[in-house]
Amino acid sequence: MTPSEAAAPPVPRGQELLRVEDLKVHFPLPGGGLLRRSAGAVKAVDGVSFTLNAGETLGLVGESGCGKSTTGLAVLRMLPLSAGRIHFEGQDITAQHARGATFRRRMQMVYQDPYGSLNPRMKVRELIGEPLQVHGLAGDRAGYEARIAGLLQTVGLLPDMAERYPHEFSGGQRQRIGIARALALEPSLLICDEPVSALDVSIQAQVVNVLQELQERLGLGYLFIAHDLAVVRHLSHRVAVMYLGRIVEIAGRDELYRAPLHPYTQALLSAVPVADPAVEAQRQRVVVQGEVPSVLKPPPGCRFHTRCPQAMARCRSEDPPLADLGQGRAVACHLHSAAPAPRVVPIAAAA
Amino acid sequence: MATPLLDVRGLTVRFRTERGELTAVDDVSFSLEAGQTLAIVGESGSGKSVTAMSLMRLIPDPPGRITAGQVLFEGQDLLQLSESQMRAIRGDRIAMVFQEPMSSLNPSLTVGKQIAEPVNLHRGTAWKRAYLVARALLERVRIPDAGSRLQTYPHQYSGGMRQRVMIAMALACQPKLIIADEPTTALDVTVQAQILDLLKELTRETGAALILITHDLGVVARYADRVAVMYGGRVVEQADAATLYARPQHPYTQGLLASIPRLDGEAGKRLVPIPGSPPDLARLPAGCAFAPRCGRADATCTASRPPLRALPDHHLSACHHDAL
Repeated sequence: MTPSEAAAPPVPRGQELLRVEDLKVHFPLPGGGLLRRSAGAVKAVDGVSFTLNAGETLGLVGESGCGKSTTGLAVLRMLPLSAGRIHFEGQDITAQHARGATFRRRMQMVYQDPYGSLNPRMKVRELIGEPLQVHGLAGDRAGYEARIAGLLQTVGLLPDMAERYPHEFSGGQRQRIGIARALALEPSLLICDEPVSALDVSIQAQVVNVLQELQERLGLGYLFIAHDLAVVRHLSHRVAVMYLGRIVEIAGRDELYRAPLHPYTQALLSAVPVADPAVEAQRQRVVVQGEVPSVLKPPPGCRFHTRCPQAMARCRSEDPPLADLGQGRAVACHLHSAAPAPRVVPIAAAA
Repeated sequence: MATPLLDVRGLTVRFRTERGELTAVDDVSFSLEAGQTLAIVGESGSGKSVTAMSLMRLIPDPPGRITAGQVLFEGQDLLQLSESQMRAIRGDRIAMVFQEPMSSLNPSLTVGKQIAEPVNLHRGTAWKRAYLVARALLERVRIPDAGSRLQTYPHQYSGGMRQRVMIAMALACQPKLIIADEPTTALDVTVQAQILDLLKELTRETGAALILITHDLGVVARYADRVAVMYGGRVVEQADAATLYARPQHPYTQGLLASIPRLDGEAGKRLVPIPGSPPDLARLPAGCAFAPRCGRADATCTASRPPLRALPDHHLSACHHDAL
């Protein structure tokens, strides 16, 4: 048993690990004039709520500017919150100072770019051991060495690779080093921000499988931020779809992918091609016009109404709240404020 | 059989690098009919972009050099043309759409001027009329309010709109062939679908052939008629799209298809990764470039390179085990 498996997570599998309530991250815009008064704010994240259980993966998807990465950074408290509360492992950490706080050991980040996120002048041993040193958990020499070796094995690398530098590794291996580094402090939550999108197609699966195995073995919770809807479906238990700083739909994976309710979710899924010409030839598609509006000036009413094929008069003026439809499903759309009437958009037309 | 629009034979491109000379494109052959869409798929370093650039003779020399092969376009070998003859073809009968529209558009010229320029240059159309053509093209790529957009600059456009401008430029002289190198990689998924739908629709209308360079097997499945899979600078498999996905022959193609999660696959089922990583072109193995990652590799594979062999249904595959 490697040391990382020795410590049992304090939150049992299936119990709430993270709760985010009405999270807002606004960046003030510098204004002109002598007084440099703020000219408003970029509302990058504007009222986001969700929960994540231990051992569970919540996928966070959306296009650029939707606020998915900002949400991840805010949960880690790497960005100041403008409003909202964050509960982690049963504690309200909203008011805690991130630096040196215990909760920062228990939640770790896996970055997108395995080239830019590892210091090229540090050996793998130092890269993985650094978090232990910083938090004063290195312990005695023998224990420390065993810990590094164990972490490398955990992510499918060999213990003798500890003496090498990042440039000696491929992209997939580097990403595994990044994961080993994140695991050093025995976190219960990993925030993975596009962890495979910088990798070549043939090696993405190596990292996806490592993440899956780790979760099964260690009961980690993952907040999995990505734009690749197929990878998100593969790894997630539940999925939240974001658009211009808001969650527009959240549901269990199968419900969301089988019968998306929000017109944006439908369009997003429909835009992703399936790697099978036979399926593509028969697929019904929901196409949206235009591009995501600037987050500086989100449209009034429903933020999606400018591109929505089903927009009504009401959508232009009235912002739909995220309505709970039961069974873990919530949608922010005037079409679904009452009883759900799922519109099934099958990937393949029924044979 | 009629002469194909484009017939590439034995194209070989070598680069001089600090680590010695390497072959980025090695004996690549394919052909394309009018109206057809050929996808060239591969990962980084597979040679797919170098192939595209070589067709247009846009490889910087030095360090690159086309050392062998023919690029027969409408029966004429582009590799034998002078630079000025080649310039007359670029942007006229063959057009290119690049990945990064911001770096391929001139930031200091209006969008109208950039679209009108090839019309003026290649067709000798007076500027005033060329601007009218530019306006019609902007409408055609569905840029709203095209008339007033002629006087705007690229930075005033979003990523997707810029790519529409690139497509308008490419269409300006009614090319016979459009080469699109990862045209939507930098775009969001809903915009990607819009741009590729538009490109496909326009090629259908004009009868132009399209070469789509991509790493995305989903995009290939949705838009391509024929597919060439590249690995380590070579084409390892080539077939009609339907055949390739239904009966992939080369272990690399099979491996790729097994390693990607699908929107309609069995969720959560373990993916089968391809071990190792793509080869370093400066240190290619003597035999099959895929052999170090291939579960079926044996002594033959490490000793000699498998040639591209013909299978039924216009299907080509370069694997020593194809006969099995």
